[in-house]
Amino acid sequence: MAGITVEGLSTVYPGGVRAVDELDLEIADGELFALLGPSGCGKTTLLRTIAGLEAASDGAVAIGDRDVTRLQPGDRRVAMVFQDYALFPHMTVSENIAYPLRVRGAAKSVQQETAARTAAGLSLGELLDRRPGQLSGGQQQRAALARAVAASAEVLLLDEPLSNLDARLRLEARTFLKKLQRELALTTVFVTHDQAEALALADRIAVMDAGRIRQLGTPREVFQRPADTFVANFIGSTPMNLVPRGAEIVGVRPEYLSPAAEGLFTGEVSIVENLGVTSLVTLDCGDEQIGYIVPEDDEPAVGTTVTVDAPPARVLRYDKETGLLVR
Amino acid sequence: MASSGLDSSGLGVRRAVGFVAPALLLIGVFLVFPALWTLYIGITNYQLTGAAAANPQVVGLDNVVEAARDPLFTNSLWLTALFVLGSAVIGQNVLGFGLAWLLRTVRPGLRRTVEGLVLLSWILPSTVVAYLWFAVLSRDTGTLGMLLGSPQTAWLVQYPMTSLIIFNVWRGTAFSMLLYTSALAAVPPSQLETARLMGASGWQTVRDVVFPHIRGHVLTNTLLISLWTANDFTPFLLTAGGPNHQSEVLPVLIYRQALEGGRLGYASAMSMLLLVGNLVIALVYLRLLRRRA
Repeated sequence: MAGITVEGLSTVYPGGVRAVDELDLEIADGELFALLGPSGCGKTTLLRTIAGLEAASDGAVAIGDRDVTRLQPGDRRVAMVFQDYALFPHMTVSENIAYPLRVRGAAKSVQQETAARTAAGLSLGELLDRRPGQLSGGQQQRAALARAVAASAEVLLLDEPLSNLDARLRLEARTFLKKLQRELALTTVFVTHDQAEALALADRIAVMDAGRIRQLGTPREVFQRPADTFVANFIGSTPMNLVPRGAEIVGVRPEYLSPAAEGLFTGEVSIVENLGVTSLVTLDCGDEQIGYIVPEDDEPAVGTTVTVDAPPARVLRYDKETGLLVR
Repeated sequence: MASSGLDSSGLGVRRAVGFVAPALLLIGVFLVFPALWTLYIGITNYQLTGAAAANPQVVGLDNVVEAARDPLFTNSLWLTALFVLGSAVIGQNVLGFGLAWLLRTVRPGLRRTVEGLVLLSWILPSTVVAYLWFAVLSRDTGTLGMLLGSPQTAWLVQYPMTSLIIFNVWRGTAFSMLLYTSALAAVPPSQLETARLMGASGWQTVRDVVFPHIRGHVLTNTLLISLWTANDFTPFLLTAGGPNHQSEVLPVLIYRQALEGGRLGYASAMSMLLLVGNLVIALVYLRLLRRRA
């Protein structure tokens, strides 16, 4: 078991693109850590550099107290599950899971025993003799996880672990993944572009943009107090209202706004979108569009004028120039 | 008009036949007729000159029986097998795969240069290439002799089969390389990287991850280059089968029997035996291909 330390890490692709730019990061032992950001922000490159699949141009990566910056991927004691799971299609589930042991030359009996034990732990016991092509998406993911676990690595890396599953299965897999990680207490880093996934799964989140970390914190911190307008925009299932007021930008989440006698914004209801248990109401306030969330059966009629307000602690102020959180 | 003389495109049988006829005529004259003619004269004692040229007699399977007893034919059969195995099945296959595998990771500029050079050896006409190699391997002024500082080695005379095998590897590797390059592009990178992360060696990766993906390509490639090599006539341009039949592969033997010995009937029978050999090779490969799990 080991944490991960990243110091001044840069990964520059041929052609000069700085995918990861002088990045510092400390991931604690046993932590479930999310790298979150839009596509092209460098999160996958950072993951691949930790794995050793991309060479670091500058800086260092350490796992536990071992500096692995110049080590081959196979020598880093890192296991990775790819977005497409990368199961070997011509091997059975059992052979797939046992492959890390086969590479190291473990005895056949040890391989089979480990495969059976690991598979049972991930409820794959019945499927040992199947080929990956005969498995559902969720089962394939668990087989890939089982193979990573069987590698008995110190660090588990997951690249977009849930994106290949359909919506319903994704929730199930998310719960399963978190439970498995808690049981194994294995330092785990996963990459995602889905903020809801990161909020739900991670102990801590690093929100990335242009090869750098914009904010590092627990899901609660990142959700409640985004460090800048980029993070504020990116986190949340409905985007945060960001309204210029003098030298500042006022930010309020739609979830924190509710109708009041007097308050921050007043406008005419232009659109009501049903989100299930709640609805997203859009107010026309002159040049600005303000969104706020109302419970079901409480939607105002389109055309009515509404004033909304939020608790003072939920109203954030950002510097207009830098976009950084002022208060 | 829905008469029975019209097909679905409304072309009409007569016009359709009119369109196909030139192609059928060419195929008939240059492919079907010579094949049947070879089959026929293979069972006669037809000669290029003399009485048997004017009035060939049908001798049945005598030619085949003679070939089986002919030391020249069995020698040639063995040399052909050696040529196919050495230069195609092992040489071109292994070198072609090796190049494709190594060129995956190098800079695009270098890769294109190497691919271009390899391809050049493949697209040059056989006569040109044979002449070039003759210049390289010749005894007195050969480039190889000069480079090694031993100008007295007559490579094509002292090591005729080795020379032919190396020549054919050089000549034909481009095809295998191109085929394997595209085959390797179909191997999912994430599977290669998974193997890498587990610490699999290069050989383990090829055996466990790459080969199962490209098994079909390997068999198809091996089949094609085996057949091309078995039927290749370029050795004649380099060694003409000599010295003393030491490099007389089947196409060369057949040519010499037919046109130097004038024994067209006997040579035709041997052609048919080569064809049967090719068919057997093809059937074995197809059987293997179908057995892919």
